[in-house]
Amino acid sequence: GKTRDKISGSIDKITLGRKIDEELLDELEEVLITADMGMPTTMKLMDNLRGKVRRSELTDVEALKKALAKGIEGILSTPEPAPERDNNPHVILVIGVNGVGKTTSIGKLAHYFTKQGKKVLLAAGDTFRAAAAEQLEVWAERTGCPIVRQRHGADPSAVAYDALEAALSRERDLVLIDTAGRLHTKVNLMDELRKIHRVIQKRLPGAPHEVLLVLDATTGQNALSQAKLFNQAVPLTGLVLTKLDGTAKGGIVVSISSEMQTPVCFVGIGEGIDDLRPFEPADFAKAIF
Amino acid sequence: MFDHLSDRLAETFKRLKGHGKLTEQNIADAMREVRLALLEADVNYKVVKDFISQVKKRAVGQEVMRSITPAQMVIKIVHDELCTLMGKEGEPLVLTGKSPLVYMMVGLQGAGKTTTSAKLALNLKKRGKKPFLVPADVQRPAAIEQLKRLGKQVDVPVFDTDPGQDPVDICIASLADAARAECDVLILDTAGRLHVDEALMAQLKAIKERLHPQEALLVADSMTGQDAVNVAQSFHQSLGLTGVVLTKVEGDARGGAAISIRAVVDVPIKFLGVGEKLDALEVFHPDRLANRILGMGDVLSLVEKA
Ligand SMILES: Nc1nc2c(ncn2[C@@H]2O[C@H](COP(=O)(O)OP(=O)(O)OP(=O)(O)O)[C@@H](O)[C@H]2O)c(=O)[nH]1
Ligand SMILES: Nc1nc2c(ncn2[C@@H]2O[C@H](COP(=O)(O)OP(=O)(O)OP(=O)(O)O)[C@@H](O)[C@H]2O)c(=O)[nH]1
Ligand SMILES: [Mg+2]
Ligand SMILES: [Mg+2]
Repeated sequence: GKTRDKISGSIDKITLGRKIDEELLDELEEVLITADMGMPTTMKLMDNLRGKVRRSELTDVEALKKALAKGIEGILSTPEPAPERDNNPHVILVIGVNGVGKTTSIGKLAHYFTKQGKKVLLAAGDTFRAAAAEQLEVWAERTGCPIVRQRHGADPSAVAYDALEAALSRERDLVLIDTAGRLHTKVNLMDELRKIHRVIQKRLPGAPHEVLLVLDATTGQNALSQAKLFNQAVPLTGLVLTKLDGTAKGGIVVSISSEMQTPVCFVGIGEGIDDLRPFEPADFAKAIF
Repeated sequence: MFDHLSDRLAETFKRLKGHGKLTEQNIADAMREVRLALLEADVNYKVVKDFISQVKKRAVGQEVMRSITPAQMVIKIVHDELCTLMGKEGEPLVLTGKSPLVYMMVGLQGAGKTTTSAKLALNLKKRGKKPFLVPADVQRPAAIEQLKRLGKQVDVPVFDTDPGQDPVDICIASLADAARAECDVLILDTAGRLHVDEALMAQLKAIKERLHPQEALLVADSMTGQDAVNVAQSFHQSLGLTGVVLTKVEGDARGGAAISIRAVVDVPIKFLGVGEKLDALEVFHPDRLANRILGMGDVLSLVEKA
């Protein structure tokens, strides 16, 4: 998307017709920092690069860019294969801080899986925010998926429980559970999340099969704290990186991958139903440079 | 993480015997630590660069006060400069002008515009104003319903938006209803949009040209990273912002975006959003945010007392 063109554009402008010197390396460092990669990750990548330059393993600018891309790709690639989504039903819990794009991503995922022939069910587990269920209802209509909801203010674990019952009795293949946005520092809200998780586990051992943390690409270093604290409450299986259609680069996922090995599964590139892509580390890194 | 910077600065100055002048050399070492702290707080790269050179200029040659250490002295200078950059505390909303006053809320998707619209309505109502909420977002699923519910919670009338209408027409049409309801402040909740979306930015411009708002408030997420400068600059160029509301401040984000935004657009930060509840809106304090960006707990109050 636009993000990648932007990054590669800026790198090309920097490196075109240049030789490797301290100034060039500083400018590359700036590109990494302004992509929100964070200081530890940036320094790790740059130290590595500087070492190679010192040992004359890297002598031209093209090779330098390739090495940097390889470094990023290496961090983003996890050895784990993509999850098989053939449980009956396969349950995905979607969590994250306020306004990052959880509900919208669920809408897009419902469409994505429906296109693969799966019978999807949506659960309106955000019973707190004004008109959250109505928002998910619009996505249910758009994707033709049934939705389970309760009244505003109801216990979200009860909604999750209901959804599992409905999925089992109506033989749905996949359940997508929405949750209310919550800051990772709010202890009571994180406890609520634990309870939702526990109720799901109890009703359907092995579930939830995936717990996806949604992150906004415009977020800076705080995303690392989000990933760590959400993971402490309910073990994450993957990340969804949204709003990559803007100018923000979402580099913080490199930091997260480097610290906790949670793979990015999907990226959001717009507000439309089709604006979701599986994440490809090689493409992502290659497209940067 | 807290006091991290002050420890590191203390380390830097360990070799500095007694209390003398801050020199070019020990300032340079200290500035490396300050730079790191600011970048870790999400202050924009270029903003950090300019800021550091500004602080350096002010610090070199300064006598260290008798009562504090050189490390504390540097922190004080950095802190003061941050506060200066962020401006006065909680600049008030413009409450004078042709009735009804018009405030428009703008920003990226999910920043907190709709929630902040309702919070402002409640705030104004408490001050004896009669606000009127206008859902001008026909894009996001259930956005109109969201504002209607929030309006009900704070007991403020909400315009009955026709979702088939153009947002510019919606805003114009709402004027008559506001007058009929004898309301004196119109709060326009616009759809979230990317600052690079030219068509949608043009729509905001059209709303501004037709309704001449007293306030065009950028609602920005305090967790925003390096891109905050691009966002603020684009919205300001298109609209001429009058203020910023920073949201979700009650979390653990350092909030460096506030500095970045202030450095590129010359408009005050007017409020902080500190929760999802509708009374969770606070007046902005530059010193508190400066402490937070620097990752400082009590160190500063010690310096202040000195
Ligand atoms: N440009 C862009 N906007 C997005 C993307 N994903 C979501 N959005 C928008 O971001 C805003 C917030 O999305 P929601 O899905 O409501 O976010 P949420 O995490 O469910 O929010 P809460 O439930 O309030 O915590 C909406 O305006 C969405 O249309 C994306 O990939 N790109
Ligand atoms: N924790 C916290 N959440 C907030 C704050 N302000 C808004 N929110 C939440 O952030 C999410 C998004 O808020 P909205 O008001 O819907 O944001 P918006 O900018 O109108 O979103 P779009 O219309 O989709 O662009 C909701 O879950 C709000 O409850 C705040 O100060 N603190
Ligand atoms: Mg939601
Ligand atoms: Mg809104």
